[in-house]
Amino acid sequence: MSEMYVSGQSGIGRLIQALAESGHAVIGPVIRNQALVYDEIDGVEDLPKGWTDLQEPGRYRLEHRGDEKLFGYVVGPASWKQYLSPPEAVVWAGTIGTEGFKSDPVPEPPKYAFFGVRPCELAALRILDNVYTSSNGLPTVAGYTATREKAFIVAVNCSDPGGNCFCVSMDTGPTAKAGYDISITEVVHNGNMRYLLTSGSETGAEVLASIEGLNHASSEEVEAGETVLARAADMMGKRLDTEDLPNLLKGNALNPRWESIADKCLACANCTMVCPTCFCNTVDDNLSLDGEHATRTRKWDSCFTLGFSYMHGQPMRESVGARYRQWMTHKLATWVDQFGEMGCVGCGRCITWCPVGIDITQEVEAIRRGDLRDTHIGVGGYV
Amino acid sequence: MTEDSLAKALGDHDFFRGLQAEQLDDLAAIATKVEMARGDLIFAEGGHADSAYAIVDGSVALELKVSHRGNHIMQTLHSGEMLGWGWLFPPHRWSFSALALDPTTLIRFDAEQLRLLQDEDCALGYVMMKRFAQVMTNRLAATRLQLVDFYGNTH
Amino acid sequence: METLTDPAVIDQMTPIPFRVRSVREELSHTFTLELEPPDGAFEFLPGQFTMVYAFGIGEVPISISSSASQTGTILQTIRRTGAVTHALGRLKSGDYVGIRGPYGTPWPMDDIEGRDLLIIGGGIGLAPLRPAVYHALENRDDYERVVILYGTRTPDDILFEKEQRSWGDRTDLSTLMTVDAADRGWNGAVGVVTRLIGRVGFDPANTTAMVCGPEIMMTVTAERLIEGHSMAPENIYVTMERNMKCAIGVCGHCQFGSKFICTDGAVFPFPEVAGLFDIKGV
Repeated sequence: MSEMYVSGQSGIGRLIQALAESGHAVIGPVIRNQALVYDEIDGVEDLPKGWTDLQEPGRYRLEHRGDEKLFGYVVGPASWKQYLSPPEAVVWAGTIGTEGFKSDPVPEPPKYAFFGVRPCELAALRILDNVYTSSNGLPTVAGYTATREKAFIVAVNCSDPGGNCFCVSMDTGPTAKAGYDISITEVVHNGNMRYLLTSGSETGAEVLASIEGLNHASSEEVEAGETVLARAADMMGKRLDTEDLPNLLKGNALNPRWESIADKCLACANCTMVCPTCFCNTVDDNLSLDGEHATRTRKWDSCFTLGFSYMHGQPMRESVGARYRQWMTHKLATWVDQFGEMGCVGCGRCITWCPVGIDITQEVEAIRRGDLRDTHIGVGGYV
Repeated sequence: MTEDSLAKALGDHDFFRGLQAEQLDDLAAIATKVEMARGDLIFAEGGHADSAYAIVDGSVALELKVSHRGNHIMQTLHSGEMLGWGWLFPPHRWSFSALALDPTTLIRFDAEQLRLLQDEDCALGYVMMKRFAQVMTNRLAATRLQLVDFYGNTH
Repeated sequence: METLTDPAVIDQMTPIPFRVRSVREELSHTFTLELEPPDGAFEFLPGQFTMVYAFGIGEVPISISSSASQTGTILQTIRRTGAVTHALGRLKSGDYVGIRGPYGTPWPMDDIEGRDLLIIGGGIGLAPLRPAVYHALENRDDYERVVILYGTRTPDDILFEKEQRSWGDRTDLSTLMTVDAADRGWNGAVGVVTRLIGRVGFDPANTTAMVCGPEIMMTVTAERLIEGHSMAPENIYVTMERNMKCAIGVCGHCQFGSKFICTDGAVFPFPEVAGLFDIKGV
């Protein structure tokens, strides 16, 4: 096991500083418009110290914790995909001439340090890596790899799971197991805020070794960290039963439950925008007024929009029920066929940010209760 | 063509395949072989359906008169198929015209005698009605597919 | 707005300029572009498609309709349906289009040597099948019987009619054509394409069928081959079509159940997609 260090909040500040000094744009949790989002941070003072987030289906509110915790909350509507596959990005631009068209030169990719990546979000990054690198053996798209490879990742383990969290069900948290350069566990030890830091990569180890004022953690402190995380695992706000889930959903494509979800679902696409793994996008082509310069812009898209499946003058997924089914079946069933794992990490964002509070864990339960696989309606279904 | 060779030709025809020799003989006795040249009118829409036809070889177009649009081909029939069932039910009228698209060989039955034969030999009548029901079902299914946009929007 | 940068990435989404050598009107709403690759050759397999880009307007997936052995130029047969295809339809010789690809799975030409080929096209669905026909004709000894069945709406909608007639004159393949409706003067068959199947000789146990047309045409045809002619479903191949933005499996648009049409298809063995046709809105 790699070396475990311990520090106070000043050590966290020096870590942020070290990452900035090594040329990273350090992105971390900050409060904007009464929500936790990710943005550039300059130091520990930018972090939402003493804040927590109350989350329920369709409900989100920030509150003071009454303590000094730097990481006493979970995740907001933002996720790291916005930096790796931005909501809008020019994927190609070119100028037309007599001999066809020429591509514009492209700038260097940004060098990020993602600070405060939660274990479920590490899982989301791994899932996105699979999406962007495994398709047909082709190289990645959208500058994802270039940005991803340069990114330094500081994970923060979860000591205070939220009301919509179910990472334990998805086996993605609350403790980060891999995929980080440095991981942090926040503990209250003898009345003091203590931060346990360990590295998950050589670069991470080098960075930790370079920071002044870090001490080696005592066995008592290490144990305190383990206790916090073990307790967190028992504090999940939600639970999702994944037993035989892909077959359950694929075999219930004709379940009337989809239409009853549709009675509530506004098809607003919020769940897909906040989901840290939803990757669907569209390409917009534009032409300058003189007709000589063209840009291709990739934009986030959502399977909840009517236009998403539009072909030959009509949408393939006309009903909201078909669109919700596509989203949930993809996330929890067909994703496994495509990428060898589910596309859900248990972060709970889709539950929190659904304006009508549709709860994916409850919907799975409802399908499970009304399982039609052994009836004539369940015959056929997804391959 | 002799009755024997007609009976054999009937036995080789998809519609009559498997009938008993006696039944084929009875059918042959009221049948004649007809040769049509390309473009020949076999029967006309609205006309008295006094014959039943089996197509031995060739192709036949079923046409419908559509006002202001002329003759519209609804379907073509080919070797091994039965041509028309207007003779089966009153008022015994053809609802289409039938036109030979190629040099075509038909076996023609006298409709009245065929109806009589079916009434007398109920077993034969039943088999033929079952087979006609199958033919009609298949034609209806094919017609339904012609109604949907089977080949996509071409306009 | 940020600009993406990875060179490999830029390659994937970058349209390569192909010069338009000729434009040929096929039908009232369908035309064929003859395109010259910039480096003189474009390798692809029968059944594959490209993303065809109208500069600044947009991009559409279009199957290649020429012979895979002719790499000097490629043919892409396109129907005018939306803004991009209309823009492509206004191109003239000497203009440029962008091409990405080739993408997608091919017809299984190598795996089915020694078998009867039953090639069934509906409407413009003959275009993706034409490279398979060319392959079979160029390697005629590799296959037993070759049968081409074609159905379309009216005699005015017959794609590649002259060429289909020339195939009909050959002794080493059988062709039949049918339309949904015709006026007097049409000397061919009228009726759905499935009615042609019973009129040609093939050995169902040793036949591979390749079917391309609208989904209803493909499912009805596949069912007819399975139920009426006892063909094994795995010997029937179909091509699927969905809205497509990237063609490399990352935009999510073309998902059909577990499949990405662009990378897992567009050519599929029928059993891989059969169960999904009955579920509206998959």
